[in-house]
Amino acid sequence: MELANIENLLEKYENGETSLIEEATLKNYFSNEDVASHLEDYKAMFTYFNSNKEERFTKTIPLKRKQPNFWWLSIAASVVLMVSIYVSSNTGTETITLEERKEAAQALKHTQEAFQLISQNLNKGGNVAIAGLGEFEKAQQKVFKTE
Amino acid sequence: MKQTEFLNTVLPLKDKVYRLAKRLLVSRDEAEDATQELYFKLWKNKKKLKEYKNVEAFAMTMTKNYCLDQLKAKRSNNLTLVHSNYKDGNISLQKEMELKDSVSKVHELIAELPEKQKVIIQLRDVENYEFEEIGKILDLQPTAVRVALSRARKTIREQLTKQHNYGIS
Repeated sequence: MELANIENLLEKYENGETSLIEEATLKNYFSNEDVASHLEDYKAMFTYFNSNKEERFTKTIPLKRKQPNFWWLSIAASVVLMVSIYVSSNTGTETITLEERKEAAQALKHTQEAFQLISQNLNKGGNVAIAGLGEFEKAQQKVFKTE
Repeated sequence: MKQTEFLNTVLPLKDKVYRLAKRLLVSRDEAEDATQELYFKLWKNKKKLKEYKNVEAFAMTMTKNYCLDQLKAKRSNNLTLVHSNYKDGNISLQKEMELKDSVSKVHELIAELPEKQKVIIQLRDVENYEFEEIGKILDLQPTAVRVALSRARKTIREQLTKQHNYGIS
């Protein structure tokens, strides 16, 4: 490629008038070792453009974003729930034996008797208190002389 | 759109998406995260994807918009540019060193351009898109693309020449 031709192309290049083919010609020319010394600056430009095109994206592209998986957690939770229900239902039926039932009935009987006793005494006390109230009324009438 | 169809049409774009993201977001980590995020979004919108005639333009538009949003969100604490792609292999050659310096200088000069020009330089000079395609991606007239591109190219070249003449490389 003649030097004059290259210079002509460079002028067009700076005006944004070169076609892609012409620009490829320029890139090709400047990738050679020997370039006219007054065109060194252009060489830097085209060398840079060429080398930049070599740059590659090296990481992977994940199409699905990594999200914390919670499905196993739900399974674990349901297992725990089932086990706890199983255990609690088992302990519920096994531990109450016939003897214990009798004992419980006896305890209930004793408690009821005790309550009965208390309520009788409370009734007694209540009657006495109400009778006492009448006395109080009389005393009040004496003091204030109402009617 | 099935997974295989999706992978066949959109996955080949991953490097272009990544490079554009890196051009705008500067840091490699952020560009990688953005690429993954964008593919996740594209996959979620795979039903809509069918309706677009030009899936590639759509994906690039999405990339541009997403990155600009990201930049807006963290404009205050932007990361500084650390460029280390050009390790010296042959120190003895002074000229080669100079070239490498000016090549990484190009990177810095592009980073200083306005965002629109950055994207256009990336799409045209690195990815070799036609003006019409760039216009579709950026929602611009092809002539507007041409003007912005010319401005960007001139800025880069003029800055390089300036540095060269000062002897600062």
